[in-house]
Amino acid sequence: MKRAPTHSYPGLNLGRRHASADKASEVVTFGFWVFLMSDLVYFGLMFAIYITMIDAQAGGPGPHELFDLKSIFAQTLILLTSSLTVGLAMLALKYNLPRWRIVFWFFVTLVLGLSFLVLEIRDFMSMAAKGGIPQRSGFLSAFYGLVPLHGLHVTAGCIWLIVLGIQLRIFGLTDLLMSRVVRLALFWHFLDLIWIGIITIVYFGGLTYG
Amino acid sequence: MDKRSEMHRRERRRYVIGYGGSLLLTFAVFGIAYRYGIETKGVYLAISLLGLAQLIVQLVYFLHIDRRRSSREDLDLILFSTMVLLIIILGTVWIMGNLAVRMHTFPM
Amino acid sequence: MTTNGSGFFGRLNWDAFPITGLIQNPNTNEIVANTAAAIVIVGVIVVVGSLTWFRLWGLLWRDWLTSADHKKIGIMYIVFAIVMLARGVLEGVVMRAQQAAGPGDGFLEAEHFAELFSTHGTIMIFFVAVPFVFGLANFLIPLMIGARDVAFPVMNQISLGLTVSAGMMLMVSLVVGEFSTGGWTAYPPYTGAAFNPGVGPDYWIWAIVVSGVGTTLTGINFAVTIYKLRAPGMKFMRLPMYCWTIICSSILIVFAMPPLGVAALMLAADRYLDFHFFTNDLGGNMMNYANMFWLFGHPEVYLLVLPAYGIYSEVFATFSAKRLYGYNSLVIATMSIAVLSFTVWLHHFFTMGQSALINAVFGIATMLIAIPTGVKVYDWMATLFRGRIRFSVPMLYGLSFLMLFVIGGLSGVILANPTVDYQVHNTLFLVAHFHNVLLPGVLFGLLAGYNYWFPKAFGFRLNEFWGRVSVALWTGGFMLTFLPLYFVGLMGMPRRSFSWEDPSFHPYMIVAVVGALIILAALLSVVVQLWVSIRDREKARVPVGDPWDAHTLEWSIPAPPPSYNFAIIPHVTDRDNFAAAKERGNAYPSPDAYEDISVPLNTGIGFSLCVLSGVWMFALVWWIWWLAALVTIFMLATFIAWTFKAETERVIPAEEVRKQHEAWLDLVHSSTPVDRDHETAPENRGLARPDLEAVT
Repeated sequence: MKRAPTHSYPGLNLGRRHASADKASEVVTFGFWVFLMSDLVYFGLMFAIYITMIDAQAGGPGPHELFDLKSIFAQTLILLTSSLTVGLAMLALKYNLPRWRIVFWFFVTLVLGLSFLVLEIRDFMSMAAKGGIPQRSGFLSAFYGLVPLHGLHVTAGCIWLIVLGIQLRIFGLTDLLMSRVVRLALFWHFLDLIWIGIITIVYFGGLTYG
Repeated sequence: MDKRSEMHRRERRRYVIGYGGSLLLTFAVFGIAYRYGIETKGVYLAISLLGLAQLIVQLVYFLHIDRRRSSREDLDLILFSTMVLLIIILGTVWIMGNLAVRMHTFPM
Repeated sequence: MTTNGSGFFGRLNWDAFPITGLIQNPNTNEIVANTAAAIVIVGVIVVVGSLTWFRLWGLLWRDWLTSADHKKIGIMYIVFAIVMLARGVLEGVVMRAQQAAGPGDGFLEAEHFAELFSTHGTIMIFFVAVPFVFGLANFLIPLMIGARDVAFPVMNQISLGLTVSAGMMLMVSLVVGEFSTGGWTAYPPYTGAAFNPGVGPDYWIWAIVVSGVGTTLTGINFAVTIYKLRAPGMKFMRLPMYCWTIICSSILIVFAMPPLGVAALMLAADRYLDFHFFTNDLGGNMMNYANMFWLFGHPEVYLLVLPAYGIYSEVFATFSAKRLYGYNSLVIATMSIAVLSFTVWLHHFFTMGQSALINAVFGIATMLIAIPTGVKVYDWMATLFRGRIRFSVPMLYGLSFLMLFVIGGLSGVILANPTVDYQVHNTLFLVAHFHNVLLPGVLFGLLAGYNYWFPKAFGFRLNEFWGRVSVALWTGGFMLTFLPLYFVGLMGMPRRSFSWEDPSFHPYMIVAVVGALIILAALLSVVVQLWVSIRDREKARVPVGDPWDAHTLEWSIPAPPPSYNFAIIPHVTDRDNFAAAKERGNAYPSPDAYEDISVPLNTGIGFSLCVLSGVWMFALVWWIWWLAALVTIFMLATFIAWTFKAETERVIPAEEVRKQHEAWLDLVHSSTPVDRDHETAPENRGLARPDLEAVT
């Protein structure tokens, strides 16, 4: 029978150097994983609805008229890079690099996150200009239910980055804040995973079957 | 201190490998789409398989999910979630697809 | 109701208040509506008035509303659940009266009747069963696994706040505007903007979304608590059965609440932003809603009934003076039910129009659930077999459950057959079936748990006589109300009909309303039992903490337990650890040393979010956009401000723990143990004389 491990949390962890923070964060990190899985079901359902509604275009504009793969490509690269930079922030924390390094990687991640959002909103606006608004058809409702939901998560992640950056400045590297950095990194990687689902199912799937 | 910076380098390399792998897969996906167009199911199959590979790369290199430790509660959690998710998504697509066929709302 | 929402108060105006209707058009329907509103208003005035009169505001705020102690949060959940239960039962009685008044149209208008069955279902599921189940879990889980609190005490408080504010919306809907008429399932397109532009479905949507968030957080909390905070030595296979059922329930919540949230939010997008998820036109598909709702709905019934199974398991074992029979098979059965519950949702809409193959697959999956459930029933019977049974109140609830639940379960197997389901779909047969599993299954279980653990929570036993009266009334009332519905259902009477014509239904309807009145009496008897018990509490005190000679850890500490639960965290060596310790004769060891204990500090965040989310929901329902935006910002700011708080725990010094614990140990040593024949007598101070000969 499995026992709760006493060693540091497998996967993302803070290492032995921060043993007390690591122990405190173990329960919280596991809880955050459970939350992410619940969130995953949200996205999973949105994907399922999108799949069932690909054909419900009701004579409105479809994927071929609306999707701009170049912009999606740029967004993918940006989000992917931000996943690397948030990982580097984690490492800077884990190996006790100077605090400005953490804040620096946070800042880079934030800039990347915001540019992702700008591109995404620009896409929505150009879609809307072509008549691709959610009120037009079931297909577009499903699209706008799913993709902006991801965008909303990225927005939340950006707010979290800012708040955590400020807190790191005020309080320094306390155990609590370190465990929050771990969770933020988890969250950000999770959003990257969802984005892979979005390009595969929403964009390429939409273009193939829509 | 040396050992620590060695570990640091190794972990950083891990992230960079993950990043490189993901980048490669992203280029492959968009390259295929650009080269062959996105009209046929064969191309889509290739794209989805590459997407799946990308998921696994990120899980392993960014989220450090692997099977090296014996007590992997997060892996258990992910596998269970995947099972529930598959039941939900495949069930929904099956039911709603079948219904659509019977209602003649879309050909399948 | 006007739908013009341009004013400062959105679409809120005088027409929204029921009194306007009464003045304009006095009839029975309006009188019933106004009575309901009046009960809410008078209730609020009485509560606020008596709190002020007895100067209890400070106490309430310090000891309860801001407390992050899992025991107090649990008790608040249960108080809330019982208040809502009273409303749900009253609505049930009014509905039965309406149908008994036929043939013909009865005394209520169709809309009003529809509101009644919608609120009745919504309340009973989301605001009675869920808070009652998780109120008990809140109180018990840390005590049973040997922990000092749940994994996330503050989040726990927030869950409570969100659940309560969502429940309050249903109360507000009695006084301002009206509630949904679309049933507790709120199927579109009927609940869509095209057919139902009023505020009713919006009340439903936001109450469901907010309480759904609260429930999801609870699920996460308890999954993590049981997974991570067990006392040393408490392996999974040493967990009390009740903990197993709660961990399965929590997992069900984590994965099953999202579909409900998605469905409700999509309905909101359709209604507020003119999306086309479930509309009739432009590619909307209402069947997607049915599919998603039941993706949630089916696991939901198991997340309610599994904890009740857990309670029965503890009750049968304790009051038979035996170990639980077939622990391993019960664990496996519980987990099988949890997993299988994700594979059967389609049986709620066999008649939607999909192919026979799909119906057959889901029908068979549904029947499969009967197997683990049957295993459980046999395990419980085997636990009773040759046990030394005491017919105390929880046991009586349990026996009533065993007999009635089997009927309900079998009618479920009948319904699992799609061909039969086509015949009885949407009739009262279905209503009879799910009340037959939910009342004896869930409600009786919760009441058994309430009677069983009450002395642990408050330090005195509940009155035995009134307890027995309430068991008899609940059981009799249930049978008279719902068993006739099977027959009228088979005769073809549709559910949710405010009017009917076939005179052959009449006798059954009369019997059912008599039963409903008995259920009302049963509810009153629960109140009387509480009243009498509080009045006579000095004769029923059990400060030592083990009045029933029970088996699990929560009984090894004082009643009521101290805020830190365990002075010394126990080392677990056995499944029935406390029973084993009593057998060995060292149930109450004196520790060598004490330690400082951290407990969570009081915080106002749960209460703030409760109030803010209430205002938020109200603003959205009535289209008061500026207020909704303002409150959204406020909630975010409150939450972010809270994350800046560094101190979250206070320390109780070891010396204080020692003093309290030794005082209690002295009490233990000076008390006279009582045997099982005297456990309901005043000399039972909570110290049991183990009755080991009975254990075979």
